[in-house]
Amino acid sequence: MPNFFYQVNFYLFGLIAIASALTFVTRKSPVAAALWLVSTMFSLAAIYIMMDAHFVGAIQVLVYAGAIMVVFLFVVMLLNLGHPDERSDVRGKWGRIAAGLLGLALLAQIMTMARSQFPPSLLQSETAAVDNLRDLNAIGSVAKPLFTEHILAFELTSILLLVAIVGAVVLGKRRAHA
Amino acid sequence: MMVAEALALSAVLFCIGVVGVLTRRNAIIIFMCVELMLNAVNLSFVAFSRMYGATGQVFVVFVMTVAAAEAAVGLAIIISIFRHRQTVDLSNINLLKG
Repeated sequence: MPNFFYQVNFYLFGLIAIASALTFVTRKSPVAAALWLVSTMFSLAAIYIMMDAHFVGAIQVLVYAGAIMVVFLFVVMLLNLGHPDERSDVRGKWGRIAAGLLGLALLAQIMTMARSQFPPSLLQSETAAVDNLRDLNAIGSVAKPLFTEHILAFELTSILLLVAIVGAVVLGKRRAHA
Repeated sequence: MMVAEALALSAVLFCIGVVGVLTRRNAIIIFMCVELMLNAVNLSFVAFSRMYGATGQVFVVFVMTVAAAEAAVGLAIIISIFRHRQTVDLSNINLLKG
């Protein structure tokens, strides 16, 4: 059973994540929304680290809060969308009510699903995770399955990134004749 | 170790992302909502990796790579649309609407 301090911190970061996410979807300005999303990602990184996924927590800060959100902010700056006009981009009253009801229905479904039992045959003991982390340290415990069992997916990911780079350049380039 | 709580948090964040996609019209904010949903799924991967071994964290790495690629291509598409239409408001981009 985790101790009291751990639980308090977990709920604290969880509340920060949910509050920032709610603020994020209601902000009118894209820049404010992006910064609230960064706040959500930072609290998620804290939760990853509390769940002993140290490497994933570091990557979350570097890649998500660092790289991806900077790209978003660059595009907002590039297209000069920082000052939203008078007309809000949020849909009308009925659209909002329908979306809220749909969101609540989805939440209820997921919560009901989460009540089902986990397959116990796959379950590893609490000590196995701790032992694995101690033997291979934070990065090795991710790297070992990544470079042994999932090496094909890893190589395919590099092709995906290459395709994404080429695609982004081709789409973003101005046509010479236009 | 708080796996159920983490899964509940993940479900809440995912639903907030879904509501954001459904209620907003700004293409960039919709993209950011998709990122929020990917983050929520990453949280459940990490939570399950506490119980089923470190493979969950490997999947998180893959999801992050795909998210980065998706953000790059998606934002390039948005820039390309903005050049043609001078807007990123999705209600104005209705060429395929019957």
